[in-house]
Amino acid sequence: MNSRLDPRRWLHYLLAPLDGPLTLLILILVGYAAVVMVSASPERLGTLALNTAVAFSVMWIAAKTPPSRMMSAALPLYAIGVLLLIAVALFGDVSKGARRWLNIGVTRIQPSELLKIAMPLTLAWYFQSREGMLRARDFFIAAGLLLLPVGLIAKQPDLGTSILVAASGFYVLFFAGLTWRLILPVAVVGIVGIGAIVAMGDTICQPGVDWPGLREYQKHRVCTLLDPTSDPLGKGFHIIQSTIAIGSGGVFGKGWGKGTQTHLDFLPERHTDFIFAVLTEEFGLAGALFLVVVYILLIFRGLFIAAGAPTLFSRLLAGALTLIFFTYAFVNMGMVSGILPVVGVPLPFVSYGGTALVTLCLGVGMLMSIQRHRRRVGT
Amino acid sequence: MTKAKKGVTFNHNPLLRSELPAWRPRFVLLCLLGGSLALVGRAAYLQGVNDQFLQAKGESRYARVLEVPATRGKITDRQGDVLAVSSPVKSIWAIPEDARLNPGQVRQLAGLLEMPVQEVNQKLSVDKDFVFLKRQVSPELADRIAALKLPGIHDQREYRRFYPGGDVMAHVVGFTGVDDKGQEGIELAFEAALAGKPGSRRVVKDRRGNVVEDVQSIRLPQDGREVALAIDNKIQYLAHAALKQAMLDHKAKAGGVVVIDAKSGEVLALANAPTYNPNNRVKLTGDQLRNRALTDTYEPGSTMKPFTAALALEKGKVTANTIINCAPGRMTIGSATISDAHPHGALSVTQVIQKSSNIGAAKMALSFPPETMWKMFDDLGFGSPLKLGFPGEVGGRLRPAKNWRPIEQATMSYGHGMSVNLMQMANAYQVFARDGDIVPLSLSRVDTPPVHGTRVFSPQTAREVRQMLETVVQPGGTAQQANVPGYRVGGKTGTSMKLVGGHYANRYVASFVGIAPISDPRLIVAVMIDEPSNGKRYGGEVAAPVFAQVTGGALRTLGVAPDAPLKPLQVARGAAAPVVREAM
Repeated sequence: MNSRLDPRRWLHYLLAPLDGPLTLLILILVGYAAVVMVSASPERLGTLALNTAVAFSVMWIAAKTPPSRMMSAALPLYAIGVLLLIAVALFGDVSKGARRWLNIGVTRIQPSELLKIAMPLTLAWYFQSREGMLRARDFFIAAGLLLLPVGLIAKQPDLGTSILVAASGFYVLFFAGLTWRLILPVAVVGIVGIGAIVAMGDTICQPGVDWPGLREYQKHRVCTLLDPTSDPLGKGFHIIQSTIAIGSGGVFGKGWGKGTQTHLDFLPERHTDFIFAVLTEEFGLAGALFLVVVYILLIFRGLFIAAGAPTLFSRLLAGALTLIFFTYAFVNMGMVSGILPVVGVPLPFVSYGGTALVTLCLGVGMLMSIQRHRRRVGT
Repeated sequence: MTKAKKGVTFNHNPLLRSELPAWRPRFVLLCLLGGSLALVGRAAYLQGVNDQFLQAKGESRYARVLEVPATRGKITDRQGDVLAVSSPVKSIWAIPEDARLNPGQVRQLAGLLEMPVQEVNQKLSVDKDFVFLKRQVSPELADRIAALKLPGIHDQREYRRFYPGGDVMAHVVGFTGVDDKGQEGIELAFEAALAGKPGSRRVVKDRRGNVVEDVQSIRLPQDGREVALAIDNKIQYLAHAALKQAMLDHKAKAGGVVVIDAKSGEVLALANAPTYNPNNRVKLTGDQLRNRALTDTYEPGSTMKPFTAALALEKGKVTANTIINCAPGRMTIGSATISDAHPHGALSVTQVIQKSSNIGAAKMALSFPPETMWKMFDDLGFGSPLKLGFPGEVGGRLRPAKNWRPIEQATMSYGHGMSVNLMQMANAYQVFARDGDIVPLSLSRVDTPPVHGTRVFSPQTAREVRQMLETVVQPGGTAQQANVPGYRVGGKTGTSMKLVGGHYANRYVASFVGIAPISDPRLIVAVMIDEPSNGKRYGGEVAAPVFAQVTGGALRTLGVAPDAPLKPLQVARGAAAPVVREAM
């Protein structure tokens, strides 16, 4: 009894599952988020603390969960996720023109969030189960597993999340060894397509021109990216305001709590998706660089864990999760600074939002688990 | 099929069996590096290279220079009684995008604003960032609306002009528009002085337009100057009331009264009919708006004759007692014939004025060259605007002398074939009231009256004509109804047919221009009644009583000492008698 109440043992029990560098980096990011939040939206600090507590608990539990158990949870999670997505498509609540939420009586949930973790988990599990007898067929099955939820999410429509889920699956495929012969043509088509859109922006952005497969608002987002000033008070408002916020920050920023774009209510979504603009307006290029460096360290640590992972499953999972963090960060900062279209992707660990934080910390927890269990699961 | 083919190559891909392929993480790292560089590059571009532009953009979004309105100056009459004053009001405006009101709130708002719900909804649905819901509501109402705390509904402070003088002063004072700028009358004529200079203030505004912080005051507002008019509140009221009564009595179309202080050239009253209430201009018509005394011209008719007589006296062609044969009441000049309304025989020059003989005036006029007569008209201020600064002032019609035919010169001697406005007429009568000279008229109060004006006639001529004018109101004259108890007055009637479509129609303008008191003239009062249509039409019947009423009241108001015994009311005076009095 005495020994169990010993605080040092408790501390050890609490800290043991956690990976030092990852924990430090996440604490830095969350701390940074809190500092920015004091300026952007101080009334949300309480909720931020609560969210962080929940997310860290999830991270701790995930870190304690051995990869083998994750593997066994992969397929059920995936199945539940897809079923919920189908339920959303059938009975979901419509909000702002998209059917994304499922009302389960107590609260509303967004099943697409679940897939962000379930997707790489499932594919990693699949390739693990096929290890040693991998055939081309398996890539097509994996692609099928990937495209089903991606399609459902894109149909909601939620382009941002579907791209993230697709990316998470693609990373697994990529690390599993998807051939260049398939990647290259898709990449080339993508680049050519984007090039064409940029080149012919003036023509295809005319009103009345329909883009196959994309909603009118999605077309607008791309078109406003090409020329935000075409609709400065409407679709281009976010990009213009955030570009001004970033640009007017200068090298060292306007100072904490002194961002005019932020505090005079010009910057939309300043505590969520556009928090990067707040941060750069107030802390300048230095603040942005600091953030990027933290992210790069985080990703290095993730890739280091992936490289040292003992099984194909954990290797694929760790690699994919790490790249997902990068994708979040890159897409978010890219859209806020105006080099990518506005898709609803939060800045990882910094943007306000409980679900995203929990999902990300779950991912970090999994990384920690993989790192901790690297020797226990032998080959 | 291609898929199957590729499948074979996959199967033989050695990478599939290996550990995580070594080059793939490297490639990934490369991608990460590229992505990070792109982000940092973009941020550096925005912050380092393009920051000046974007900083300016940022500043332009929040920094505003606000105009601080200056309070518009008061307009007062000569005694300082307020004729126009600005009182603070509020205007209710909205940002339609922010104004997401439920139907109940809209109903509440519409009820307070006294507007139909539909109209409020319509204004709130426009695709603009700013819309006025209602302007110039009382501050109390604005406070009640603000208390509802409706999103997107705001108010701003404005000023509303209030005109205590109402319809009595309407044409003189004029009014301002909804944006507090003068639109008519003195409000327009003295806009620069009244408006003052708005100050400015640098503020920080948020996206919704709320002022967040007052940065600095650049310039304090300079309030508008107070303008004191020459108008006398009481005399103006007298003129207005008398004119209004005459309009009713004679079923006239329009009319005007002008009262001038002969000592200073100040316009003591300027009344027009029909008039309007400047505080409520909802149903305003152009007819009501016209300041006829300045903007409308008419043929002055016989009120011109004294000038003809004066010129003849001045040039030594006649004396007051020179006999002119006016029989048989008709006279042919060239191919045209002129006639008197009532045929007369031989008349002295005084009698020509007293009885208003066209033939007598024409005969005098034909004794001098057209240029002489034109110059007199020009000196008297006819043919060009008086330049009082009033909007829409006209000059009337006076053709150049070299084009005059004798018949025209003859008709102009009794005020036909030319046109004037009432103010010009009153202005010209200064020569009789002021011993032969004219000072510029003034709408604003004159504190140091000019001693000498522009001389047109000699004092001697002016005095002689003044005697003639007095005979007009005496027995045998055309305007005995112009008499004012206690004062000696004089003047001249005018009755002219109106030109309608180039022909004289059976419509008349009845007028009377007079001076009082004769012994030391203080006032010039000009009355014009347009189209009296209740039986009477002569200036002596229609306009002279208005003159008497206004002049009597005005003289008493000004405290001018009576120069005639009160009883008996009318004393028969011979033509020579006034000369004796004048000598006293």
